[in-house]
Amino acid sequence: MEYIDYYKVLGLDKNASAEDIRKAYRKLARKHHPDLNPNDKEAHKRFQQVNEANEVLSDPEKRKKYDQYGKDWQHADEFEKMRRQQGRYQSADREETFSGDFGGNDFSDFFSSLFGGGGAKTHGRESKFRGQDFQAELYLSLRDAYTKHQKTITINGKNIRLTIPAGVENGQKIKLKGQGGPGVNGGPNGDLYITFQINDDAHFKRAGNDLYATAEIDLYTAVLGGETTVETFDGKVKLKLAPGTQNGTKVRLKGKGFPVYKQEGQFGDFYITYQVKIPVQLSEREKQLFTELSKLK
Amino acid sequence: MQEENLIPANEFCLHHNIEVSFIDSLKEYGLVEFTVIDDAPFVTIKQLTELEKLVRLRYELDINLEGIDAIIHLLKKLQGMQDEIIILKNKLRLYEASK
Repeated sequence: MEYIDYYKVLGLDKNASAEDIRKAYRKLARKHHPDLNPNDKEAHKRFQQVNEANEVLSDPEKRKKYDQYGKDWQHADEFEKMRRQQGRYQSADREETFSGDFGGNDFSDFFSSLFGGGGAKTHGRESKFRGQDFQAELYLSLRDAYTKHQKTITINGKNIRLTIPAGVENGQKIKLKGQGGPGVNGGPNGDLYITFQINDDAHFKRAGNDLYATAEIDLYTAVLGGETTVETFDGKVKLKLAPGTQNGTKVRLKGKGFPVYKQEGQFGDFYITYQVKIPVQLSEREKQLFTELSKLK
Repeated sequence: MQEENLIPANEFCLHHNIEVSFIDSLKEYGLVEFTVIDDAPFVTIKQLTELEKLVRLRYELDINLEGIDAIIHLLKKLQGMQDEIIILKNKLRLYEASK
């Protein structure tokens, strides 16, 4: 467990007055407040640190204990035992604490070990109304993301069955209402946010709703024309090649790409780039024929 | 049945210890659309998260209604940009992989 310099967190020195602490806290809490920094984990972390620092430094008794034992916080337990013998620990009333709407524990292990439990956190006006929001990541293959399917995930020991619509984007976040932490004082539960992480596919590349792939064709088909079969998520497709198809030629298969999210029956396009395979390890006869061909021109 | 999902705005204010005029101001600035039944405003469960965010901005961060209006507008813009970044990152990944 790391020692946290609460003065440093608020950008103050040890002689800071209560007013200095209040001012620094207000300024930093505004800067890092989760409502003003959505989806910014770093800001949320900083906000928690700032809140925690204020929780300690704005309370004269906690500040005294922190100043006395902060760097050597392991002795805090002995200090607590001594205090308990002297009478019940009284927590001073605090003027304000910002709440915000973020998941995770409110206080660090350092804070808990120094002051016990989750601290005496109270919000400025009222305790939390909604439960905590939970964040989770779900890894899918590109093929999984192609089709609508059901998946059961376990969050905090609870099994949640969810339907994943076809066409989810890598990094896309969905909200499952009421699947977060339980509400306080009869309030509604928090929400569960799931971020989809879609793994790269060896064969297909995706850009938005379009799919890209390369298809190898042999030299003879490229020169003389013919047919080739390409794999799509929807099955195999036979394609006709014109004589003289160049290496790098791109063809578009309209509506054979990725499904458009939540728009049933709509698909992007599938782009295939032909890669002409030049024969290697030619037999003597082949070499002869190629030489003859080259002399024709 | 629909009424089951509605919370009287008065009750919301009482619970959060805020004045009812805050609700009127939100209405005035078009920040929240309230459901009105018998002249009394109600909020839906779905609106709670957003409404609580507005309460925090007003009462914890001391931002006035004009400021909140601007922030909400900018946050929407930010969300749009974040969505665009995701799409662009995915595109970039595609191009880098095909190098």
